[in-house]
Amino acid sequence: MADLLSRWHTALAEQSPVAVATVIQGPEGYLGGKVLVFPEDHTGTAGNAELDKAVVETARGLLEGGRTETVHLGPRGQRRMEDVTVFIQSFAPPPKMYVFGAIDFASAVARAGKFMGYRVIVCDARAVFATRERFPSADEIVVAWPDEFLKTAEVDGRSVIAVLTHDPKFDVPVLKEALETPAGYIGAMGSRRTHDNRTARLKEEGVTDEQLARISSPIGLDIGARTPEETAIAIAAEIVALRTGHSGGRLAERSGPIHSVAADARASGESAR
Amino acid sequence: MNPVIDRVASWREEGKKAALATVVKVERSGPLGPGTSMAVSEDGQVVGSVSGGCVEPAVYEEAMAAIEGGGPRLLSYGISDDEAFGVGLTCGGTIHIFVERVDW
Repeated sequence: MADLLSRWHTALAEQSPVAVATVIQGPEGYLGGKVLVFPEDHTGTAGNAELDKAVVETARGLLEGGRTETVHLGPRGQRRMEDVTVFIQSFAPPPKMYVFGAIDFASAVARAGKFMGYRVIVCDARAVFATRERFPSADEIVVAWPDEFLKTAEVDGRSVIAVLTHDPKFDVPVLKEALETPAGYIGAMGSRRTHDNRTARLKEEGVTDEQLARISSPIGLDIGARTPEETAIAIAAEIVALRTGHSGGRLAERSGPIHSVAADARASGESAR
Repeated sequence: MNPVIDRVASWREEGKKAALATVVKVERSGPLGPGTSMAVSEDGQVVGSVSGGCVEPAVYEEAMAAIEGGGPRLLSYGISDDEAFGVGLTCGGTIHIFVERVDW
């Protein structure tokens, strides 16, 4: 089985999706069994071919959502038995952060996105602003109309879309396009006045109140941020709080556990790259 | 790139034995989520972590035992272990950690 580690290592290096299933409880001969599951094939064994079949099927489902879970199966892969406990960890490629509007705030947001482990893509229609010098930390810099670019971009439930242009000419079309995606976070920068103006325009364009509720606008948590860096932290904190379902207030002012178990499980797929 | 698997792969290239410890379950409150891991090489190098630092010394001993042929083990650390073994989580949760020799 010695090639399992090297295939796992290669998948991580290439950022291609892989799930690792390990028998963590079970009868003698099963304990420690390991299966590496890729979207198209698998290698290793959990103990026998029937159990492997069930493990591979379950792991592919978890891998699609980048989820990490513990599952219980029978010794022949039976769904309603609990003799064998399998820990399945998904290693999914990093989630994507799309930043629209190549302003100073965008540079700080791109850096915060990298810091959190996102693959950061900055897009602006203006070639003078969307440059490598201005965005040294971005993974990709795209000169295109934001809405047209977003139509062709890969967006999933882990993706973040931050619209920082605060110009209705760009904002409205790209936000409408963002609402067509399954993005986990959509935020739009702007003053109260910009926000009201933008909301009115989006409504004119037929966007419903329910859709509007998906947009974090004005973007960010209320921490009194002033500088681009502080604002990026306010945005980054809001992205985390919305994903975990936490309120974003001060820990010192509430009681109870600091970490919610469900949120940790969701986050681990991302941190495990 | 996952730094733990990266290091384990380079230990393999150097011909060193290693063990991997992975958080598989967190009950109530715990600092690091399932999937977080730590690895130990036979010459005592450590990469990664499995908690805020409170159970790492105990996990290190278990990893060494696994390298020496002790077999894979599922371990639990929690507040209740605190008085009994002097190893526990200050945050009040329980974490379950699977320790295995890297022989795959």
